[in-house]
Amino acid sequence: MGAINPQAYLVSNLWSQDLPRVKTRDGYGKGLVQAGEKDPKVVVLCADLSESTRSEWFQKKFPERFVEVGVAEQNMASLAAGMAMAGKIVFISSYAVFSPGRNNEQIRTTISYNSWGSKPGREINVKIGGAHAGISVGPDGATHQALEDVALMRMQPGMTVLVPCDEQECEKATLAAAAYPGPVYIRFGRAEYPAFTTVKTPFKVGKMEEFRSGKDCTIIANGPLVYEALQAAEKLKKEIDCQVLNGHTVKPLDGKTLLGAVQKTRCVVTAEEHQVQGGLGGAVAEFMSEHYPVPIVKVGVRDRFGESGEPQELMKAFGLTADDIVKAVRKAVLMKRKKA
Amino acid sequence: MSSIKPFPKITDLKRLKLLANYIRQDIINSLVAAGSGHSAGPLGMADVFTALYFNILKHNPRYPEWGERDVLIISNGHICPVQYATMAQAGYFPRTELKTLRKLGTRLQGHPHRGALPGVETTSGPLGSGLSQAVGVATAFAMDKKPNRVYCVMSDGEQEAGQTWEATLFAGKNKLRNITAIIDRNNIQISGHTEEIMPLEPLAEKYRAFNWQVLEIDGNNIQHILDACNEAKTIYEKPTVIIAHNIPGKGVSFMENDYLWHGKPPTKEQAVIALAELKVWEEKIKKGAD
Repeated sequence: MGAINPQAYLVSNLWSQDLPRVKTRDGYGKGLVQAGEKDPKVVVLCADLSESTRSEWFQKKFPERFVEVGVAEQNMASLAAGMAMAGKIVFISSYAVFSPGRNNEQIRTTISYNSWGSKPGREINVKIGGAHAGISVGPDGATHQALEDVALMRMQPGMTVLVPCDEQECEKATLAAAAYPGPVYIRFGRAEYPAFTTVKTPFKVGKMEEFRSGKDCTIIANGPLVYEALQAAEKLKKEIDCQVLNGHTVKPLDGKTLLGAVQKTRCVVTAEEHQVQGGLGGAVAEFMSEHYPVPIVKVGVRDRFGESGEPQELMKAFGLTADDIVKAVRKAVLMKRKKA
Repeated sequence: MSSIKPFPKITDLKRLKLLANYIRQDIINSLVAAGSGHSAGPLGMADVFTALYFNILKHNPRYPEWGERDVLIISNGHICPVQYATMAQAGYFPRTELKTLRKLGTRLQGHPHRGALPGVETTSGPLGSGLSQAVGVATAFAMDKKPNRVYCVMSDGEQEAGQTWEATLFAGKNKLRNITAIIDRNNIQISGHTEEIMPLEPLAEKYRAFNWQVLEIDGNNIQHILDACNEAKTIYEKPTVIIAHNIPGKGVSFMENDYLWHGKPPTKEQAVIALAELKVWEEKIKKGAD
C-alpha cells in the first residue's frame, strides 16, 4: 500500500481542518525580497499591480531597485530584456492574462529568442511572475482568469515554466528562478490554498517530486491541484493505490522520473488549473505517447473561458476538485484494465 | 582601469563620406547575393551608421562585450544590411562574410540575432520593441551610475506602434539623459508613404509633449549627424530624439524615394547599375566635388 512520502516533508497534519490557507502570491513577494537580499543584481518591475502581485514587499525593502512601468506590459517585457542585457536579473510582475498574455510576442522576441544561443553568463535573465492565474481569481471573471498562459510559455524555446503548489513552494520557485540561467515563467493564483509543504520539502527546477507512493495509477498535478490530488489519493486508498507526483516544472519536463513512475503504474491522471491542451496535461501526454503510451486522463479546463464566482464554487463548477480527480483515476484504471 | 582602448574616432569628413559610400556598395553586394532583403532603408541610413560606428560610439570591434562600450540598439531590424556592412567595415568580422547574408548557417540573420553575431546588441525585427530595450539598458546604466550611453535607431513606421510610446513615456518620466534615439525619417514604409498609411506629423511635437528633447537634421549629412549626437550628450535633463530626415535608397537614383524599394533587393542587372552610380559618387567624394 502506498503512503505519503516521508522524504517530501509535508505537514504532519495534512488532513486537518485547521490547515492554514495562505495566498500563493505571498510566496512570490517573500521570494523576491530574499532574492534581492542574496543578489544586488536582482531588480523588480511592475505594471501598476505592486500590491496584488506582492512585488511591493520588494519595493519597500529595495526602492532603488524597483521600477514602476505603469499599465504597459509590452514595454515592461522589452525594458526588462534591456536591463537584463546590462547585467540585471529582472522580475516582471503582473497578472498572467497581461504578462505573458498581452506581451507574448515581446517575451518571445526580446526575451526568449534574444537569450537563445547566448554564451553562458550572457542569457537574458528575465523572470516573469504571472499572478492571478487560473479561474480561482474568482469574481473578476474570465477577462482576468488566465487559462492558457502555461501553453503560451511552454511553446517558447529556452523558457522554463514553474507552477508552484502553495505559498512555501512559490517562495522556493521565486528564489530558484533568480539563480536559474535564462528566462523563467512562474505562475501562481490569487486565492488562499492549503499550506501543506514545508521548508524542508525538496524543490529543484526540472525535478518532479513524489509526494505519495502508489502502484495503481500516477497522478501528476501542479499548482493548487496538488493538494486536491493528495486528497483524491486518500479518498481512493481502499479502492485504488495512487501515486502523486508534484509536477511544478512543466518545462523542462522531468521525463526520467515520469517514465520510471508510469512504467510501474501504467496509467496517468494529470490535474491543473489550466486548459487541458498545452499545459501540464498536454506536456505529459506528448511525452508519454512518444516514450510509453498508456491511458492518460486529464483534469483541467476544457476549451472554454472562465466566469465570475467565488473561487471554491468555480473550482467545483469547472471540475477541478479532489472528487473530479477521483473520477478521472477510476476512468484511467478502467482504461488500463480494458487494454490489458 | 581597463586596458582596452576605444576604436579611434574619425573626424575627417571626406574620409567618413567615403566610408559611407563603401558601406553603400557593400549593402548592394550583400543584398544581391542574398536575393532578398530591404534596400531603401539601409542605403538611406548609411550616413547615420557611419557617423555612429566611426565617430560617436565608444566601442571596440575586437572586444564586442567591452564593459565600457556604448550600446547601440537597432529597433528596425530589417535595415540590418547597413549595420552588417558598417560592422564589417569597422572590423567586427571579415567583409567577405557579407555575402552570407540571409543564407543557411549564417551569422548575418535576415533580422539581427544577438546570439548569432558578437557586436549585435539585441535581436530585433518585430517593430516597436527596440526603444523599450534601449530604455531598459539606459535604466540599468543609470541605476549603476555608469557613464555608458545608449543609442536606439528606430524607423518612422514603428512610430505607429503603441509600445514605442509606452517606452517614450517611461523615458520622459525618468529623465533618461543617457539615451539618444534616432528616427530613420524617410517617410516610407512597406505599403506606402507614412503620411498615407498613418500620419505621424507633427512628430517632433509628439516627442516634446512626452518630455523629450527633439533635434531635427538632414540624416544624409554626416556633419549634421555628428553635431546632433554631440549636442544630445550635453542635454542633461531629458532624453533626446534626433529625427534624421533622409532619402530612402540614397545614392541609387532608381531607388531613391520609392517605397517599392522598401522590402526588395536589386536584381543582378540593377545591382550593376547601382554600383556604377555609387562608384561615380565615390570619385566625386575623392575629388571633393560631391
